[in-house]
Amino acid sequence: MRVELVKRPQHSKLFSALSPLIALALTLLCGAAIFAALGKNPAEGLYFYFIDPLREVWSLHELAVKAGPLILIAVGLSVCYLSNNWNIGAEGQFIIGAIAGASLPVLLPDFQSPVVLPLMLIFGMLGGAAYASIPAFLKTRFGTNEILTSLMLVYVAQLFLDWLVRGPWRDPAGNNFPLTRRFHPDAVLPEIMPTSGSAHWGIVFALVAAVVVWFLVSRTIKGFEVRVLGASPRAGRFAGFSGKRMVFFAFLLSGALAGLAGISEVSGAIGYLQPVISPGYGFTAIIVAFLGRLNPLGIVAAGFVLALTYLGGEAAQISLGMSDKVARVFQGMLLFFVLGCDTLIHYRVRFAGRGDSMAEAR
Amino acid sequence: MLFESVLITIATAATPLLLAAIGELVVERSGVLNLGVEGMMVMGAVCGFGAAALTGSPWLGVLAAVAAGSLFSLLFGFLTLSIATNQVATGLSLTLLGLGLSSMIGEAFVGSAGTKLPTLAAGLGAVPVVGPPLQNLLTNLAELPLIGRFLFGQDPIFYISILLVVGVAWFLFRTRAGLTLRSVGDNHASAHALGINVLGIRYLAVMFGGACAGLAGGHLSLVYTPQWVENMTAGRGWIALALVVFASWRPLRVLAGAYLFGAVTIGQLHAQAMGFGIPSQLLSAMPYLATILVLVLISRNRRLTLMNTPASLGQPFVPDR
Amino acid sequence: MKKLLLGVSSAMLMASVAAPALAQDKTKACFVYIGSKTDGGWTQAHDIGRQQVDAELGDQVETAFVENVPEGPDAERAIERLARSGCDIVFATSFGFMDQTVAVAQKFPDVKFEHATGYKTADNLAVYNARFYEGRYIQGQIAAKMSEKGVAGYIASFPIPEVVMGINAFVLGAQSVNPDFKVKVVWANTWFDAGKEADAAKVLIDQGVDVMTQHTDSTAPMQVAAERGIKAFGQASDMIKAGPETQLTAILDTWGPYYVKRIKAVMDGTWTSGNIWDGLAEGILSMAPYTNMPDDVKAMAEETEAKIKSGELKPFTGPINKQDGTQWLAAGENADDKTLAGLNFYVEGVDDQLPK
Repeated sequence: MRVELVKRPQHSKLFSALSPLIALALTLLCGAAIFAALGKNPAEGLYFYFIDPLREVWSLHELAVKAGPLILIAVGLSVCYLSNNWNIGAEGQFIIGAIAGASLPVLLPDFQSPVVLPLMLIFGMLGGAAYASIPAFLKTRFGTNEILTSLMLVYVAQLFLDWLVRGPWRDPAGNNFPLTRRFHPDAVLPEIMPTSGSAHWGIVFALVAAVVVWFLVSRTIKGFEVRVLGASPRAGRFAGFSGKRMVFFAFLLSGALAGLAGISEVSGAIGYLQPVISPGYGFTAIIVAFLGRLNPLGIVAAGFVLALTYLGGEAAQISLGMSDKVARVFQGMLLFFVLGCDTLIHYRVRFAGRGDSMAEAR
Repeated sequence: MLFESVLITIATAATPLLLAAIGELVVERSGVLNLGVEGMMVMGAVCGFGAAALTGSPWLGVLAAVAAGSLFSLLFGFLTLSIATNQVATGLSLTLLGLGLSSMIGEAFVGSAGTKLPTLAAGLGAVPVVGPPLQNLLTNLAELPLIGRFLFGQDPIFYISILLVVGVAWFLFRTRAGLTLRSVGDNHASAHALGINVLGIRYLAVMFGGACAGLAGGHLSLVYTPQWVENMTAGRGWIALALVVFASWRPLRVLAGAYLFGAVTIGQLHAQAMGFGIPSQLLSAMPYLATILVLVLISRNRRLTLMNTPASLGQPFVPDR
Repeated sequence: MKKLLLGVSSAMLMASVAAPALAQDKTKACFVYIGSKTDGGWTQAHDIGRQQVDAELGDQVETAFVENVPEGPDAERAIERLARSGCDIVFATSFGFMDQTVAVAQKFPDVKFEHATGYKTADNLAVYNARFYEGRYIQGQIAAKMSEKGVAGYIASFPIPEVVMGINAFVLGAQSVNPDFKVKVVWANTWFDAGKEADAAKVLIDQGVDVMTQHTDSTAPMQVAAERGIKAFGQASDMIKAGPETQLTAILDTWGPYYVKRIKAVMDGTWTSGNIWDGLAEGILSMAPYTNMPDDVKAMAEETEAKIKSGELKPFTGPINKQDGTQWLAAGENADDKTLAGLNFYVEGVDDQLPK
């Protein structure tokens, strides 16, 4: 027996809606199986993963803190991937955005005024966009593979931040520990509802970005261009669209959003620069982008689901003593199922017996 | 003495990169981009170490590493080939899953003493009758000045890696099957029209890539540092991916690239030990910057790149009927 | 609506803050780890400490932990989740958790917090650390006795005061035996990457060192030393299995007794905040058995250890010059803890330039 795919004439509306649900159901099933195999009660395990973190207001705030950068980055990446530009270096753009934005409060601590924060956010976006323009430039000018250059630049950005924080930007009053000085109050991104939890304006930026990009992609000519060039560069050229300009557009947009995520994270959630400022947001966001099926609104949902698996992983550790490796396996599985189920949207699956396919081969 | 010792250190650092890269090269030549190298490698490392620890035989460890890598790659193969998922996303998730799964499997092996794969001579010595004389010969050859130990005194996986490079070069450019594989990578539609089983060939290529990545992982946990630690691949799978492009999909250039990379890595450590006060972050960033530079240099030369780049790279193929 | 939400959430906040204060039979001790509890190094040492708490205090105590917690907002959330889950004392075991621990400690005045290797304290927040440099001094003395070439290799992680302090103590110990002793340093820029550490070890040996120590956590350098036939020192845990004929001794992170002591203090109600910097004398670090060395060297090491424990010997006692030859400490002068905790220069005899 073998699996055969038959291309559907049109995307299946039914499966567009169903596929994420099927994927989630399969993940839950496999998750339950893993819990059982580890000798834990599956119902209890799933409860701590997916329900417990949603029970309290402060925890919902934490969910927003975690989901914010994921959504912001993934929304930008969706434009890249839709237009067939494989930017996998958002982690580096996040870091450079954070550095660019943080340069103000770190280097000019006496410049305290209400304009500091907006300037920092702008610097953050410019920094991220500038860093993303490197792979874009190399791709358009020399045809260099952007997957590899954007990835290599992540390592360079990480080491650059490390050097800054341990060297020139180290807090002179910080006992020589590798931290910059704490941002002054004018440079801190405020919390939305300080009395109930720690969610800051980063999540609002993420939601706004998602809506704007959704509108851009689905309702404007630019969005049409993105999709046409992504589906077929040749067709795009015939339609008069420039592939090169699209490369820059996609990279600059996603770089700017990753940079905004970076500066929001350090200014809203950390308060200073440290050697490592991202637990892999730039890479996890790739998964979020696909989990949301490259649709900005889907990405919002996906960002919260993925953030939930992190919080749930913690809750399960505390309450059940379950290893955090389970959370990582969970995330991997979830993505596999989503990718697999998405096939159903574009193809019908036929299970052909051995006999038939032989016959057809003849 | 110093020269030879440094050479061997470089060879040890280069071998896992070389293995993973030569496997990925074949995969990419068939038109498939598998970004899951890191995941397959780390699965190979944990399974290789585990099998060696449980059976006491590092040779079984090597086999387990190869088997684990190719089995794990089948997951990628099924998704991208049979049900035509996006290769980039699937490869990334393979890496994520591999890192998570390996640390789960490996929890039992953390801190257990490793068994190191013996050198070629010692390994052959264990073979009855023909072994001992061969061992004598190799041990004597390894005494040769300057390069004796480099050529004759290393671990078996080193020799396998070199043989694989030669074998892959021969296979791709001197055999009919190699031509078929390349034609699948260059234009899957016309290969299919010619009656070539595109998916079948890609399955084999992906599994070969997985086996090589697994062996690379096995090298890490059985030769390089005979122990299991979480995430012990530490980004080497990504370097291997870069090497393939660095080498513009040519096997012998992969060999050169891997050794160059190893030399830069080891060289910067020597520079430090000699007391040059260069920021270590800058030195650590050198290999990545060098890769970008070489990527640019080779892709500048359009003719050369276009000639070698598999034209269907990364594009899913679904046979029409 | 917004007001209602605020009202509800602050009520919940109060409820959950009050919860831990309710009388509980068991004391709950919680740990936040930067790495995996089976990392074979720093975090594993803390987890062994936690297990020792379970074993010694048995039914009186309940422990919980969160592992692989990244520094930043994730740490704050993990610490807060623990504080809310009814922990009476929370140990945050990485320097990078400092400001997050401070923030959560402010929110939960009834919960005790302890932060490893930091320097910010509060009424309910203590900091604790171990004087690992005491062990390094002993290692330096042994190295100077065992080395024929008079050069040791040092695999360092990151140029933070803790590591610089260790290098200096090692050099001072070595020079107390052989004034011309030199140390070659390689910065691996990682706490844990077996491959990189092995490379660094091979490079140092190729550069002619015949004894080696490390401030990174994997056993890879010990394996390389064993293969190349030189002697080496273990780090964080006893690495004798990786080099039965190689390891001279190892600095062991033995947090267990400290954790037991502090948790007992919570139970008795005698816990107080403070800046605790324990050493060999208190057992927060200890030396693995002195092996693979002649008896006279072993006797010297044991004597030094005893002197450090009794307080007779302090490694950072003048006269000590900085690397550039200028005076740091005059004869008989002791370095104070504040200077040590922020150390960012080498003493004379280190064959390296400190990365700036």
